Amino acid sequence: MTVQELPGAGAAAYRPTPPPAWRPRTDPAPLLPDPEPYRVLGTDAPLDRDLMLRLYAELIRGRRYNAQATALTKQGRLAVYPSSTGQEACEVAAALVLQDQDWLFPSYRDTLAAVARGLDPVQALTLLRGDWHTGYDPHEHRIAPLCTPLATQLPHAVGLAHAARLKGDDVVALAMVGDGGTSEGDFHEALNFAAVWQAPVVFLVQNNGFAISVPLAKQTAAPSLAHKAVGYGMPGRLVDGNDAAAVHEVLADAVARARRGGGPTLIEAVTYRIEAHTNADDATRYRVDAEVEAWRAHDPIRILEAELTSRGFLDDDAKRAAAEAAETMAAELRERMNADAELDPMDLFAHVYAERTAQLREQEAQLRAELAAHEDEEAEGNR
Amino acid sequence: MTTVAAKPATMAQALQRAMRDAMAEDPSVHVLGEDVGALGGVFRITDGLAKEFGEDRCTDTPLAEAGILGTAVGMAMYGLRPVVEMQFDAFAYPAFEQLISHVARMRNRTRGSMAMPLVVRVPYGGGIGGVEHHSDSSEAYYMATPGLQVVTPATVEDAYGLLRAAIASDDPVVFLEPKRLYWSKSSWSPQAPTEVPPIGKAVVRRPGRSATLITYGPSVPVCLEAAEAATAEGWDLEVVDLRSLVPFDDETVCASVRRTGRAVVVHESTGFGGPGGEIAARVTERCFHHLEAPVLRVAGFDIPYPPPMLEKHHLPGVDRVLDAVARLQWEAGS
Ligand SMILES: Cc1ncc(C[n+]2csc(CCOP(=O)(O)OP(=O)(O)O)c2C)c(N)n1
Repeated sequence: MTVQELPGAGAAAYRPTPPPAWRPRTDPAPLLPDPEPYRVLGTDAPLDRDLMLRLYAELIRGRRYNAQATALTKQGRLAVYPSSTGQEACEVAAALVLQDQDWLFPSYRDTLAAVARGLDPVQALTLLRGDWHTGYDPHEHRIAPLCTPLATQLPHAVGLAHAARLKGDDVVALAMVGDGGTSEGDFHEALNFAAVWQAPVVFLVQNNGFAISVPLAKQTAAPSLAHKAVGYGMPGRLVDGNDAAAVHEVLADAVARARRGGGPTLIEAVTYRIEAHTNADDATRYRVDAEVEAWRAHDPIRILEAELTSRGFLDDDAKRAAAEAAETMAAELRERMNADAELDPMDLFAHVYAERTAQLREQEAQLRAELAAHEDEEAEGNR
Repeated sequence: MTTVAAKPATMAQALQRAMRDAMAEDPSVHVLGEDVGALGGVFRITDGLAKEFGEDRCTDTPLAEAGILGTAVGMAMYGLRPVVEMQFDAFAYPAFEQLISHVARMRNRTRGSMAMPLVVRVPYGGGIGGVEHHSDSSEAYYMATPGLQVVTPATVEDAYGLLRAAIASDDPVVFLEPKRLYWSKSSWSPQAPTEVPPIGKAVVRRPGRSATLITYGPSVPVCLEAAEAATAEGWDLEVVDLRSLVPFDDETVCASVRRTGRAVVVHESTGFGGPGGEIAARVTERCFHHLEAPVLRVAGFDIPYPPPMLEKHHLPGVDRVLDAVARLQWEAGS
């Protein structure tokens, strides 16, 4: 073995400098999540009436959206739809805590969050219908593409938030991931970068009990997913994901903290996936109906509605108005989705590079010729 | 030779059967991956294995491809034969580090003292209407990595035989499963013994005299259909199913091309930097004096795999193969 020579110094002269004594930057105790999920509904905490009514209306609209999209899969109008029924409180709160200039980094299940942030309901379904991978310009509403590979959007959120801070912009990124996604390497790397850089990011884990068929017990041995935060040096919070008021409050605190320069937060919202993973999944293989029924009793809409009614915030008129708005949205969605998507095969070559390469131009010409020949044949056939 | 008593009706069932038989014969064979247990995998390829062999032999892992393959490396180091399932082609990418840096070169790094007898099963390719990240053909990446064997069945019989061979192999195998053939049925007689083909042997699926279609996996049925259609034009096409991309069977391929004098390579992964380039170059190097025309390629376009509604324009079908066959009437200078 030879010792590598260092430039400017003989091997014999080389002495490693001892590293500075490592001290934890933070006391871990305040970072630890409370063991019980945080709740607001059912306590006597004061509630902001306007905010609650907004949450309520969005939940109703979101539930209707999920139902309509699921129906569209049955009619073959959508290739696939991962429903967030039962998880609407997380979806809606995530959208409503953000300011205009902030960014949302959703996963494939988070269509509702994107719609609640203002995205056109049809554009939000483009990926799942299959006419293109992303049906919107991410800059328009500051929503990154719905992300299919798990947890890969999380480092993007960290990088974007970091870049905004380097530029001196007041921007927070909120990144959403499922319980299964927390096992991926990208999740760990994103949290670590975020904490080291003190990036203005909020990580929202929707723990809905399953990653397709795999229950949380087979996913992690941690006391909770929120506990994972402590190892990176950021606070972890556990919240009842079916309590819209609580999710909103915890997210709002974390967003405000990030905005102040306080760094990232990891939030675990405990919720449940009422439907199967997607319409292609058979949930009877891995879970029992009784479990689903128990969660239905803790439905996010039911508990918010009961609370708002008992506080006198919500009357029949307001309920009817919310239901009607949701129905209008659904009818419009149905109608627009029932129209065939307008597709241009030439789009295949349009967005691979900023400028089409010579090879792509050749292939484009080939396809154009094929399509023309095909049309001629059809015309012949019709004669 | 292994004999199978009952007829596997589909490729999915043949694959399942191959794992089951291998697990029954050899207690060191372990299956692991996402959702492979109670659910039986999203394509049900591992259906029933956890029930029959227990969760220690067929294990639902945490959701982490690098972790799955990385732990499989450790299991193989300790004498087990892991069969890893990657859920979809594009979700194997997080595991590339393990595959390229360790799985592929462990034998080489250790001067032959540590083998990696593991199989990575990857459902691959398009044609099933999958949304983004569910239809990639990644074989060129795997082929470019020395130390990996890369195989892909096109028939129900080969699905069984090749997977048995892959599990029995003392070197790592990337086992590419053409997902649009999962539900293809076999015309195979239930009484017939099932051959376990050696890895690295191509097979002539259809003999012919006027040109050779060199293909594999999901494009084999396309080529067979094209060969039938071409008879109307007076072409008698030979179809060679490679079965194994690495090792590559130069012998079978070149023997065919020397007979026919013309060749087209057909696959659905991209053409530029794709498998067809390598294959065409090898054929040209070895059969130059027998060739009546350049070796042509019919491949997917050089684009990221398109959304489901446009995939029919991307995937090479019978017409594109026939167009290439027509171009084989090549004249020097044209
Ligand atoms: C890297 C990667 N591996 C595998 C998959 C396939 N897959 C899609 S969804 C899913 C389960 C995800 O579970 P979870 O993170 O809990 O989110 P949920 O679907 O419950 O919202 C899996 C394994 C994927 N999309 N990406």
